[in-house]
Amino acid sequence: MNVLFAIIQTLLFIALAPLLAGWVKWCKCHLQNRRAPSLLQPYRDLIKLTHKQPVVSKDASWLFIIAPYIIFSTTALAVSVVPLLAVDLPTASSADVIVLVGFLAFARFFLVLAGLDVGTAFGGMGSSREMTISAMAEPAMLMAVFTLTMTASTTNLSFAIDHVLQEGLVLRPSFIFSLSALMLVAVAETGRIPVDNPATHLELTMIHEAMILEYSGRHLALIEWASQLKLMLYGVLIANIFFPWGIAETLSLSVLGYGLLAIMGKLALLVVVLAISETLLAKMRLFRVQEFLSFAYLLGLLGMLSHIILEAAR
Amino acid sequence: MIPAYLLLLLPLLGILYFGLLGHKEDVGKQNIRFNGVTLLLSLWLAVNVFLSGTILSTDQYFIVDSFNVYLIVLTAFVGFTTSIFSAPYMAHEQEIGKLTANRLRLYYSMYQGFMFAMYLVLTTNNMGIMWVAMEAATLATVLLVSLYRTPESIEAAWKYFILCGVGIAQALFGTILLYYAAIQISDVDNALTWSVLYENAKLLDPEILEIAFVFMLIGYGTKIGLVPLHNWLPDAHSEGPTPMSAVLSGLLLNDALYAVVRNKMLVDGATDSHIAGYLMMGFGMLSFLVAAFFLHRQKDIKRLFSYSSIEHMGLMTFAFGIGTPFATFAALLHMTVHSLTKSAIFVTVGHAAQISGTQSIEKIRGLIKTQPQVGWGLLIGTLAIAGFPPFGVFASEFLVLLATMQSYPWLAPFLLLGIGIACAGLFRNIQPMVYGEKPEGQQAVQANLWPVMIHLAIVLWLGLAMPDFLADWFTQATILISGSAPL
Amino acid sequence: MEIENLDHYSQIILSLAALVMLSSFIMLAQGRLLRLVFVFAVQGFMLVSATAIAAYSFNNPHLYISAAITLALKVIFIPWMLRRHILKLNMHRDVEALNNKTAIMMGGASLVVFSYYVLHPIMQNSSMVLLNALSLSLAVILLGMLLMISHHQAIAHVVGFMSIENGLFFAATVSTNGMPMVVELGVAFDVLVAAVLFGIFFLHINSSIDSLDVDKMNRLNEVDQ
Repeated sequence: MNVLFAIIQTLLFIALAPLLAGWVKWCKCHLQNRRAPSLLQPYRDLIKLTHKQPVVSKDASWLFIIAPYIIFSTTALAVSVVPLLAVDLPTASSADVIVLVGFLAFARFFLVLAGLDVGTAFGGMGSSREMTISAMAEPAMLMAVFTLTMTASTTNLSFAIDHVLQEGLVLRPSFIFSLSALMLVAVAETGRIPVDNPATHLELTMIHEAMILEYSGRHLALIEWASQLKLMLYGVLIANIFFPWGIAETLSLSVLGYGLLAIMGKLALLVVVLAISETLLAKMRLFRVQEFLSFAYLLGLLGMLSHIILEAAR
Repeated sequence: MIPAYLLLLLPLLGILYFGLLGHKEDVGKQNIRFNGVTLLLSLWLAVNVFLSGTILSTDQYFIVDSFNVYLIVLTAFVGFTTSIFSAPYMAHEQEIGKLTANRLRLYYSMYQGFMFAMYLVLTTNNMGIMWVAMEAATLATVLLVSLYRTPESIEAAWKYFILCGVGIAQALFGTILLYYAAIQISDVDNALTWSVLYENAKLLDPEILEIAFVFMLIGYGTKIGLVPLHNWLPDAHSEGPTPMSAVLSGLLLNDALYAVVRNKMLVDGATDSHIAGYLMMGFGMLSFLVAAFFLHRQKDIKRLFSYSSIEHMGLMTFAFGIGTPFATFAALLHMTVHSLTKSAIFVTVGHAAQISGTQSIEKIRGLIKTQPQVGWGLLIGTLAIAGFPPFGVFASEFLVLLATMQSYPWLAPFLLLGIGIACAGLFRNIQPMVYGEKPEGQQAVQANLWPVMIHLAIVLWLGLAMPDFLADWFTQATILISGSAPL
Repeated sequence: MEIENLDHYSQIILSLAALVMLSSFIMLAQGRLLRLVFVFAVQGFMLVSATAIAAYSFNNPHLYISAAITLALKVIFIPWMLRRHILKLNMHRDVEALNNKTAIMMGGASLVVFSYYVLHPIMQNSSMVLLNALSLSLAVILLGMLLMISHHQAIAHVVGFMSIENGLFFAATVSTNGMPMVVELGVAFDVLVAAVLFGIFFLHINSSIDSLDVDKMNRLNEVDQ
């Protein structure tokens, strides 16, 4: 029963990810006084793409073709360890933060290889930029996550969420810092403004889009879906770690329904924040991204320091 | 207690008086009168303390004991004699157009403000107020350093302001730590009261006090001019008006050292370790040696003597750091003779600079031929400050040396080395200035050298034979600071 | 005792302490003077709120007075004065080039660790968790000094100076519930006078070197030119 539920949760996660992407677009359009596409538009795009024949360059190797499958499946695996609706599932024992970061790094590795594979100028450029950013984002993310895990004395996500939940409302200075650090990292990792702009194909500024420029058809659909999954994954992480209230602690149907509503509400709010910041900010120069990310690292570091200084037991 | 209150009230009135009427003709004379009356008041206070011991005001806000009363008299005396010097000096500056009547008003008003801050530092019984008054002394003098409004003087004043402001902020942090340690054992109102803390020093948490003292030493040490926090001192001395240099060197540095010593007494009471003493010895010795070497590199006569001040403050800090009764006695004596000699020197330096119209050592020549009093005054003052017998500085330096040999014999060679280097540094610069032919067109200026003569005479007297009542006085202060009498 | 056993007031005070430190870091990286002054005002406001909360939760009315003084001085008067000078001297468009921002930030982080290390013995021997914030206030003091070292505009120096005062004020609040009233008034008076004098100095410096870049004040030098 529990195993079944874990599978359902993962499927639900995968199924809902495009909806979240649609919600981001909807919010942004309304903030910018434009007419919004339907919330279901990302689903339609994905279906349309899967029906199209993929075109593969004659220079592409086998790696180019299997990469989308690997990327999607590792992202899906990463998603499966994140508690979406309930804690204490069978997947909980493997729901480790380090595993999660490992999965994401694995997916990125293949994405970057695929970008390099065809040998176009854009692919290589995008890949190199992606690696630069991730090399700076990962320490910041780990620093923020470590602060959390030090508080909960575990690197297991599920247990950590449980710990926060049991403790009740405690205002921790370190959490304020980790939350802000994690938000900045999430923006960088999911390629949103001001680090990258998912809506542009302007040659000089692309990062993510440059890598996948050669993809088409179902391959492109998988990659797009994987990146929507990643966005939702970060959203769920932030929502459930820092504001876990509402997550199901038992597996009864009513509690789960309540949990679903809670997480959807939290994500919807988080996306509004994202949409507002994307509307207000302009994309920054690539060379300023390192300042942005070192600020995130600094926040993570300050979080850790204030955990040690302000909250340590004596 | 009445003279102490009057002592504080009079300079306060002075600030207002000169602030309103400071543009009048006879303003210099008025300043002399104000300082003369405060000198009389301080003597009255001294007699009181001499007869009846420590005086504590009923609300415990003020304390006058044998340690600070002698500094009060010294402050009032140097303030008085400097005001005698400053009246014709400032008038001359106004004549040659370096100053306007408005600036003069600011000068006299802030002169009184500075004196008020000094008296408040000395008389207050509250460590917090002591900090406030110390900061107020900076604020009062900072505009005086930039009185001439030249780019150099503004730069010097800015440096003085920022460095001392930041430095003394550390002292406030130390005071807060002290207060934290104190509220554990006392009620809130008395927690910064020095006399209460001193009585209960044994109960204070030694660890907190040690940390607090480090901050206090850094903070007040900036004002003493301890190396490496001394950068503001030569600039402020060289660019401000000369009477200001005289009181800064003669009074402000002393009072900052006084604040450190008061804190050291608390720390020594709370801990058995000699940590405060070692810190003071280290910083003192460093300042002493570094300043002695720097004397050789100076091109500006006022900078030369301000480095000499750093050197002597380092020596005093070192002696207080040793902490034996003998060393403390020597340090107290050195404080007195240094203040007197240094302010006398600055007075003559001011006249020398007016005679030759520059402060550059290379351009001041033939002082004895131009105006013998000034030349001889400078020469004798330098002899005294370099520690030649029979002047008082010799006596006190000799005592410091003896005390060092008694407690830390291996440090004595360093002291001798420093004194030797400093002496050479002073004389290689002074000799060409006082002797030699006078440059063409150099004229004597109107000068009042009475203060110099009085100061040097007292220093000579102290070196030849210290009067009994003064020896008693120092002994009492020594007992207060270090616990037992010297010898 | 751990933070989860504290009441929410203390938790808020601790969080504000952390945010005050964060604002010091933001000031460190800020090259625009108007924003610098704004962040300084925000820092002052966080201090005021922390003090007011402390006054309420410890039932110490005297802290309300210090909070009011800080509000008037550090949140309203000094930022207003600095803003006016910036606009008057037409410096609001200048961006100060800060070289090696990342290194300065990391230096700042190590100062935080250093201040924790220095005050560790005190914090260890006391029962009050709130005292932990003392090391953050020392960090704010040291960061203020770093701000003065890394910036070379006179106005930035004044902001650094005043943020040092903020750190001191916070230290007094968290460790001792505020200094005696007479001392606090004295300190506030000194800060007020210092602020006015700084204003006078801006004019003097500006008229003497035609800029407020204190790096250009280099006439007094120990080394021969």
